[in-house]
Amino acid sequence: MDDGTWAQFTSLFSEFDVVGAFWVNIQLTFFAGVLALVLGTALAVMRISPVPSLRWAGSTYVTLLRNTPLTIIIVFCVLGLWGQLGIQLSQDFQTNFFRLAVLGLAVYHAAFVCEALRSGVNTVPVGQAEAARAIGLGFGAAARLVILPQAFRGAVAPLGNVLIALTKNSTVAAAGSVAEASGLMKTMIEFRPDVILLIFFTFALGFVIIVVPLGLATTSLSRRWAVAR
Amino acid sequence: MADLATEPSPTAADRPVGDPLVVLTGVDKHFGPLHVLQSVDLTVRRGEVVVVIGPSGSGKSTLCRTINRLETIDSGTITIDGKELPAEGRDLARLRADVGMVFQSFNLFAHKTVLENVTLGPTRAKGVKKSVASARAMELLDRVGVANQAQKLPAQLSGGQQQRVAIARALAMDPKVMLFDEPTSALDPEMINEVLDVMVGLAREGMTMLVVTHEMGFARRAAHRVVFMDGGQIVEQADPETFFTAPTSARARDFLSKILTH
Repeated sequence: MDDGTWAQFTSLFSEFDVVGAFWVNIQLTFFAGVLALVLGTALAVMRISPVPSLRWAGSTYVTLLRNTPLTIIIVFCVLGLWGQLGIQLSQDFQTNFFRLAVLGLAVYHAAFVCEALRSGVNTVPVGQAEAARAIGLGFGAAARLVILPQAFRGAVAPLGNVLIALTKNSTVAAAGSVAEASGLMKTMIEFRPDVILLIFFTFALGFVIIVVPLGLATTSLSRRWAVAR
Repeated sequence: MADLATEPSPTAADRPVGDPLVVLTGVDKHFGPLHVLQSVDLTVRRGEVVVVIGPSGSGKSTLCRTINRLETIDSGTITIDGKELPAEGRDLARLRADVGMVFQSFNLFAHKTVLENVTLGPTRAKGVKKSVASARAMELLDRVGVANQAQKLPAQLSGGQQQRVAIARALAMDPKVMLFDEPTSALDPEMINEVLDVMVGLAREGMTMLVVTHEMGFARRAAHRVVFMDGGQIVEQADPETFFTAPTSARARDFLSKILTH
């Protein structure tokens, strides 16, 4: 890279708040991730429960949300929930959009968390559930104390994949008027068409820097937490 | 534990049995088109040790599993201590706490230590205080000879040790009856006796037991009665000596000839 290119590259950072935009993606990922994990766990419990109506509700949710494009869900959150139904998650305009986007990302990825967890449940031998029932634990206690702890540990890798997908999918929040990285990229391309390739490279690199450690962490965690059988 | 085998062994006949504890009446069970239990009647009395034997697929494991409703039944009744098995929910969980179960594949909770495996039931299903449950668990682990493994994970133990932990886990609930579903079938030969010795010890202390097994030695040493099943029916039942020396049905004779000629 000659001096001219390097100067152009650094000027991008002084002209635009690139790091700040990525920080929004990280925040979106964090909040949506926590919410999706909670919701997805509840869905997974519903899907393995002995109550047929709960199982039905869980699988209907997953089928519906998993097969709807994320863009549509995010746009629905903003135009449908807020625009049409007047549901406001904050008085502040930007915060409201941010929270609606978190909600959209969470309900979508909860379906994938549920499926990842179910694959974890499948790593737990059915005899463990029988043994739990045999010592007098009800379904809730057996799920909480015996099945889910092992399912989570067996599902670290697929859950990590969901988190990675969520990180990158957080750019779809741009469709919900959240000022995050991909939105900034569009703005930058508009104002600095002379360095389009550099701009692409910058944002690609940014996501790689965020996602690669996630992948490494989940791989090492899934090894460390693996349940010895 | 080891000295049990060398002591002059008193037979089950020396131990009296009480009133009926587990009563199965006309129990039917289908797996799809397969009629796996055909109007089975069976009574296990308090303090009695009943061994169930029979060829593979005869329904003996299913019979064992229906008693704490790990398998549902299509018709008939099962009562434990006079109370009919509840269908689902809290009552069923309470009843299962009274029925100890030992599985062929041990089924220890793989993510919990040996000690936690034994204390989980008492603390979570019965509300026993953790310190009390731990003390009792150590006592039971000591009794089955694995107290020194208490802090290990199940996968670090041998099969025989795991099965003894599983027995301790079931005993920790102070069950009225213990069910054993082929407890030694998944074990290497040299580990079978350490488990059987624990079971014989339990029998001598007067535990009510229903044991699905092919261990004839155990049946002779500890059982009051041998129940022979074939094709989903109880074909014959008698005290061990009578059953093994003079079986009355052709099917039992055929089965015994197959397993005793080696």
